[in-house]
Amino acid sequence: MTRVELVALGASWGGLQAIETVLGALPSTFPATVVIAQHRPSAGQDGMLEHLLDTHCALAVTEAEDKQELRPGCVVVAPADYHLLVDAGRAALSVDEPLHYSRPSIDVLFGSAAAAYGDRAAGVVLTGANADGAHGLAQIAARGGHAIVQDPDCAERSEMPAAALWSTPEAQVLALEQIGPALVELAGTPEDARR
Amino acid sequence: MAVRVNDDVQEARERLEIELLLEGIQRAYGYDFRGYALASLRRRLWHRVHGEGLETISGLQERILHDPSCMDRLLRDLSINVTGMFRDPNFHRALRETVFPVLRTHPFIRVWNAGCSTGEEIYSLAIALHEEGLLDRARIYATDIDEAALQRARSGAFSMEHMQRYTENYLRAGGRDEFSRYYSADGDVARFDPALAEGTVFAQHNLVTDGSFNEFQLIVCRNVLIYFGRELQEAVLELFGASLTRFGILALGRKESIRQSRHAGAYEPLVESEKIFRRRS
Repeated sequence: MTRVELVALGASWGGLQAIETVLGALPSTFPATVVIAQHRPSAGQDGMLEHLLDTHCALAVTEAEDKQELRPGCVVVAPADYHLLVDAGRAALSVDEPLHYSRPSIDVLFGSAAAAYGDRAAGVVLTGANADGAHGLAQIAARGGHAIVQDPDCAERSEMPAAALWSTPEAQVLALEQIGPALVELAGTPEDARR
Repeated sequence: MAVRVNDDVQEARERLEIELLLEGIQRAYGYDFRGYALASLRRRLWHRVHGEGLETISGLQERILHDPSCMDRLLRDLSINVTGMFRDPNFHRALRETVFPVLRTHPFIRVWNAGCSTGEEIYSLAIALHEEGLLDRARIYATDIDEAALQRARSGAFSMEHMQRYTENYLRAGGRDEFSRYYSADGDVARFDPALAEGTVFAQHNLVTDGSFNEFQLIVCRNVLIYFGRELQEAVLELFGASLTRFGILALGRKESIRQSRHAGAYEPLVESEKIFRRRS
């Protein structure tokens, strides 16, 4: 099976806590890149989200800058009021119209991950109260990537995971605590990454 | 189980289709999008594919080559630039507090707003320059690739529904007056005082193909470079370098950087957090 090189996380309502749980389970040697679209108010302070996450995570968390390199083991968060996309090992930002009233939008991030990483991408839809991420997760799955959805019954808000499951029924359903360990397995070891 | 096309093949094929389409557009219409950032370009191309009721990017290529009106529709998709007045108030505050004092030392001020889109930033700049007593000796050059956007920029008419948000932005950006003093409400349209744009020159300019046309003390180009690939970004930064006076100031978008560019050494940060740079010589 192809090793996952890019993990894309999407979260909305209640997402910060859920993301912290997932990232908290990743070791400092985690060999894949993690990109995150978390819905946030556009007036949100720069760096606040990454600061919060940094305190719970063995990996370095930064807010995306345009065309920055996506290195193994780095965690890159979409800035407020920008869409985050990925392209051949680099981040790319856009100020295109919000999608699902959201910028960053999870669908935009996932769509770019599917196109650029194909079966080397994993998409994870976490708690939220809308349908963002459902379309993008289906795109990741259609390109042979790995689809994971937080168990709607255990999510703080079930609407977003439920919508993702509706669009991608083959997605793996996991309790929040199981997602980090599953990603560790999908990403393999740092030795695999060098091969 | 359905046969699934090998993913690498699928990705390579899509890339090929996009390259052929852009090549065709360049040769048939002269617009050059080949250096654009692939990720956001791909999104907009697929948006047009679906908008035309088509299935593939090759299908879009066929229609575009045979139907100029389809090219017009794609152009509109590709030139959308979402903007707003006093977008990122911290940036506009930094302009007022740190950049304008530098401009003040010049007898005559030339500002280039590259990629001005529908003009919200022009009026934001003009209002701030006016309040700092600089507008009378300033000329703003407002350029964009999109003539329709420039047309709207010239009109100085913006939707009333945004005015509350713009007023909040204006105040957070250090505005010193009543924001509503600058426009008159005309139904659902806010018409800005034409005096604000008296010193502004609106002109079509393509950052990809057109050259330098003047020297400026300040170039403002926000959230335009993000749509360009790295090579094209380098070319545009070269153009900006050639269009700045000695110690001229370059202001980019909040998440854009020259750090990775080969031009990085030519600048020092003036307000690092707001991506405002100053030429070292």
